[in-house]
Parts: sequence; C-alpha cells; structure tokens
Amino acid sequence: MAEALNTYRGGADENGHFGLFGGRYVAETLMPLILDLEKAYDAAKNDPAFHAQLTDLHTHYAGRPSPLYFAERLTAHLGGAKIYLKREELNHTGSHKINNCLGQILVAMRMGKTRIIAETGAGSHGVATATVCARFGLKCVVYMGAKDMERQKPNVFRMQLLGAEVRPVEKGAATLKDALNEALRDWVANVNDTYYLIGTCAGPHPYPTMVRDFQCIIGDEVRTQLQAAEGRLPDSVVAAVGGGSNAIGIFHPFLDDPTVKIYGVEAEGHGANSGAHAMSIGGGSPGVLHGNRTYLLQDENGQIKDAHSISAGLDYPGIGPEHAWLHFQGRVQYVSATDKEALAAFQLCSKLEGILPALESAHAMAYVEKLAPTLPADHIIVANLSGRGDKDVFTVADALGAKL
Amino acid sequence: MNPAKTGAKMGATIDTSGNRIAARFAHLKKHKRAGLVTFIMANDPTPGTFMDILEGLPSVGADIIEIGVPFSDPMADGPSIQAAGQRALKHNTSLRDVLAAVTAFRRNEIDTPIILMGYYNPIYRYGAQEFAQDAAAAGVDGVIVVDLPPEESEELHVHLRANDIHMIFLTAPTSSDARLPDILRRASGFIYHVAITGITGTASASEEVVKAATARLRRHTDLPLAVGFGIKTPEQAKAIAAHCDAAVVGSAIVDVIGKGVNVEGKIDPGLTTKVLEFVKSLAVGVHGTWP
Repeated sequence: MAEALNTYRGGADENGHFGLFGGRYVAETLMPLILDLEKAYDAAKNDPAFHAQLTDLHTHYAGRPSPLYFAERLTAHLGGAKIYLKREELNHTGSHKINNCLGQILVAMRMGKTRIIAETGAGSHGVATATVCARFGLKCVVYMGAKDMERQKPNVFRMQLLGAEVRPVEKGAATLKDALNEALRDWVANVNDTYYLIGTCAGPHPYPTMVRDFQCIIGDEVRTQLQAAEGRLPDSVVAAVGGGSNAIGIFHPFLDDPTVKIYGVEAEGHGANSGAHAMSIGGGSPGVLHGNRTYLLQDENGQIKDAHSISAGLDYPGIGPEHAWLHFQGRVQYVSATDKEALAAFQLCSKLEGILPALESAHAMAYVEKLAPTLPADHIIVANLSGRGDKDVFTVADALGAKL
Repeated sequence: MNPAKTGAKMGATIDTSGNRIAARFAHLKKHKRAGLVTFIMANDPTPGTFMDILEGLPSVGADIIEIGVPFSDPMADGPSIQAAGQRALKHNTSLRDVLAAVTAFRRNEIDTPIILMGYYNPIYRYGAQEFAQDAAAAGVDGVIVVDLPPEESEELHVHLRANDIHMIFLTAPTSSDARLPDILRRASGFIYHVAITGITGTASASEEVVKAATARLRRHTDLPLAVGFGIKTPEQAKAIAAHCDAAVVGSAIVDVIGKGVNVEGKIDPGLTTKVLEFVKSLAVGVHGTWP
C-alpha cells in the first residue's frame, strides 16, 4: 500500500494521469479531438450558465435529488448495520447514467456537434444517451454487443422508440468491450460532426475526470441527506464496479473522510478461480486498452480476455483508471460478489423492500448482505442502488428457470 | 542540436548511419523512384505461409516491410486487418513469436527494413526495455504503435532510442499545423501519414487531398513521407506515390490472404504465389513514379 495522501480528490494531472494510470492512449487521428474536448469541458466547468442549465435539467427533467432511503426491513433481516440505499434507480431513465449524459450532451452542444455516438452494455447508458439526444434533437447511434442485445431486449426497443439507431456488434465476445471498439472506429471516421458520449469513467483523458465530475452529484447528495437524517457521515459506502461510474460518483465526495470505509464490488461471475468473471482489480493486471492504462483482464502476451458477468453492465475486462489508482493507494477496498450471490440479493431486495435492483446494483447489495451482519447497529452503510431491475427480469427469469 | 533553435525543419534528430531505413530511402532517391511499403500480419494465415510470403516480399518489390503484431482489440483497424489479427491469434501468436520470425527472416535478408506495427498493450506487457533490446537483436528497424501518440510515447521511445530503433510517428488529417511540430520533433526514420480520417482498409483519399497533405507536411519536415490507409490498387498506389516517398498498402494485401483461407481454415496451396503476384503489381505501379 502506498503512503497516505493529504487528499485523494486531487484528480488527474495535466496529462490525465492518476499516478501510473489513466492517460491518452489513442490514435493520432483522435488526439486533436480529445484535446478539443478537454478545452471545451474546462470552459463549461468554469461557466455558471452551464451549471445553471445542468441543475435545471437535474431538477425538472431527471427528478433529482434522488432519495436516500432507510432500508428498514433489510436492516432488520440482516441484523447488524443500519442500511441506507441511494435511490439512483428512481432517476429518469432508471439509472445513474442520466447524470453523465445530461452533462456531456451540454458539452457536445457547446462544441457544435450534431451527431452523438455511444456504447452500451446493459443498455442503461444507451437509453440515457438516446433520451438526451431526443430531448435536444440530436442524431444518436448506439453500439451494442449482439449478445447484450439478446439479453437486454427491452432496452434495445426503448432506445429505438427514443429515435436512436442501435447497431449490433458481432465481433469478439459481442459484449461491452467490442461495442467500445466499434464506437471508437466510428468516431475516427466521423471526426467533424460526431461527439463520443462515453458512459463510464474510463477512456482517454478527459473522460474519466469529466464522467466522475458529472456523477459526483450522487455522493454530494448523500452527504447532505445523511446529515439531515442522522446528523453525521456514513461509516461505509458500497457500490458495484464495472467501468465504475456509479461507484466513483458516490465514493469521490467521501475520499477525504478517513472514517468512511469505501467498498467497490466487482463482478465475480462464476467465481474468482473459474476464469469466468469480470474482476479487473481482483483478477487482472495493469495494461493499456481503450485509451487508458488501468487494471485489465489479459493473458501473459497482453491479449485482452473476455469478461463474464450475469450483469451485462459489469461484463467488461477493465475498470476506470481512478479506481485503479484508488486501489493502488489503498483508499478503496475492491471486493467481489458472484453471479449467484447477486441473484440472491436481487430477490432479497425485491421481497423485503419492494425494490427490484438492477443486476449491477445487486452486486453491491450482495456485499452489503455479507458486511452488515458483522457490524454493530450504530454503523451506517450507504449502498448505491444505481439502477432498476426491470430491464433484467428476462435474465433473472432465465437464471431461475422461470418461463415468461 | 536543437532543430527548433537552429530553425531547421523538424525530424531526423537521431543518428541514422548504418540504419536500413535511411539506406533504403537513400537508395530510392538515387534511383529516382517512390517506395512500396507492404503490411502483413504476423503468422497470417499460418506461421508457415506467413514466413513464405515474408521471405518472398523483397524479390517482388517490397521496399519496406511492416509486420503486424496481432492484438485482441485493434480499435484503429477495419474488418480486413481485424480478421487477419484473429487468424494470427488462432495460432496464439505472441510478440515473442513475431520477433522470432524477424530473426529467421534476417538470416537471409539484411537490407530490407522491417517495421513492427501494432498496439501498445502487448509491448507494455512484454516490458518496453526488454522489447527494445530483443527487437534490436532480432533485426527490427522501426516500430509503429498506433495507440501511443506523442503525449504517451516517451516511456517506450527512450528504450527504442537506446537500441537504435526508430519510432515511426503517424500524422493524420486532423493533426493541425500547431500540433505537427510536437509530433515531428520526436520523429525519425520516416513519417507515416494517415490519408483519411478513418480506420484501415475502408475509405480512400483522393489524389488531390494527399497532394495537399504532403505539401503541408513538407513545410514542416525533411523526413521521408509514407502515405497509407485506403490504398487498394496498383493504380491508386501509383497515383499516391507521385506525391510522397512511399505508398503503404496493408488491407488490400491482407484481403488476398484472407480469400485464400476457406471457412474450415484450409489454405489455398497457391496462396503465397497469389499474394506475391499482387505485391508485384503494386510495385510496378509505385516504382514507375518519382515526385
């Protein structure tokens, strides 16, 4: 573990590096574009009018703030720590993804871009992107792995209803990683009018920083809401991590509060030793992919391995570079939950709280189930319920052997 | 010498004496002809056929040979080179295997420059310093790393320089006049200009666009200029070569290889001949030209 720092919120250096991680590993054709984006984002960040417009959209379009909810029955059932859920699934479009999409679409329009492309795994980011494109009248193309289109049919149709074109990606494992490759290929061929709206806190600088900034509203609200409810900070914060955008959003505002323990839950798939998981930190090593250096699932020759998770949104062999750095620094503990544990947590949360969590968020809930019983009643856990599980009912039915 | 201070054009900041790339461009200049740079993927379609094609290339007019290092996620490549990479990875082709192939090639051929082209992760995983040493020992002359722009290049470049291997930088239509000096002050060997905004083997740039692009680059550098992406036929190669020092053909050659493999993976016994005949037709086009 590295030495303790004065702050863990300093962010990337001017070249987009978080220590060893991050950076801008892209082809020369794209380099000028991401430098332009960095300038445009810096200008937006310092413009009160930009923030005023974003806040207005949060309030009147997305429905923020999302509630912080005391999960009374789950707390009683687990018999330990007091559990609060940050209800990001109640946002417009059903997940935290809208926070980032609203921010980036405003940046894209400031840059004069008229065509938006995006990649999506579970479809949550695709739906959120299609939504903001509909709202502002911009053309939208979403790349989605063919396998993911099959397991997330309702989201595919939602995107189409919103006016987006969903392009299936058949290459590789036909999941999120391959969708990202195709989106990058599209961008390099359409540099003049196209804005790439990346959905997670990964990719070349400035994306990891920009996406984090737009997601920090989650943790900022938790601070205020928990202060009102309990008059103090949480003791533990838990979130699921694929690329890691919902997690960085709830973690970041607490990084400099040393009493707050922070847990990122990676998808353990069929198990850590099964070779079929998505644990970039738990089972990977540093490498370079999709514009940044981070922990990756790869073989000894540097070929990227396919990830596996029951959750399409976590089925990615990398993780955002700031998470890689927070792991390296030892500030955040990265743990894991299996497909089975996530499925059990999905059902428990549904039955006890009347909330269907997304399979992604169910991984966070699975870890809460492990953690809460070991802790005293005055310990407060906040878990990020990043998305709703309606999109996953087919996958869950399939896994439970139910016929719909 | 700091070229920025002396007012000289950018580039050629390392000693290239005894280097095959400099010697090859000097030879082309002496004979007043443009050069042909050919790209093939290592171990595509099989290690044996690849080696046959590689060893045949110099005699059919390939002036510089680029060997692709396969990567699972080639984000700057179109369908042809993606498929070639997948065929190579079926043989578990590693960077170590690629260096072994170069070593074998060098037993009989000491003049034709070899450039490795690929993505950074396999090199990073190998270790930048160890890679530079092993590549130099194998007889590699230059390296193109698609996803290592100037901003991130130094961690590898420092080891390449120490081993007298050129880092070949890419310029693109999007590289502004303000940005070019940043690229060119690091560049040596030659400049690889990407003619289109797009991935390999898709759209083709018009002769007019290439002419304007190379004229712009000429204002910034005296290094040889190679132009690639989207050059598919002997006619196109000839037309493009009229405006630069060398034309790069990749996907079109790789397509000939791809067509020689049927769905069961069986290789056409005449494949090597077909590939070398196609390269010869490209060379005839290019070699008839001098800017």
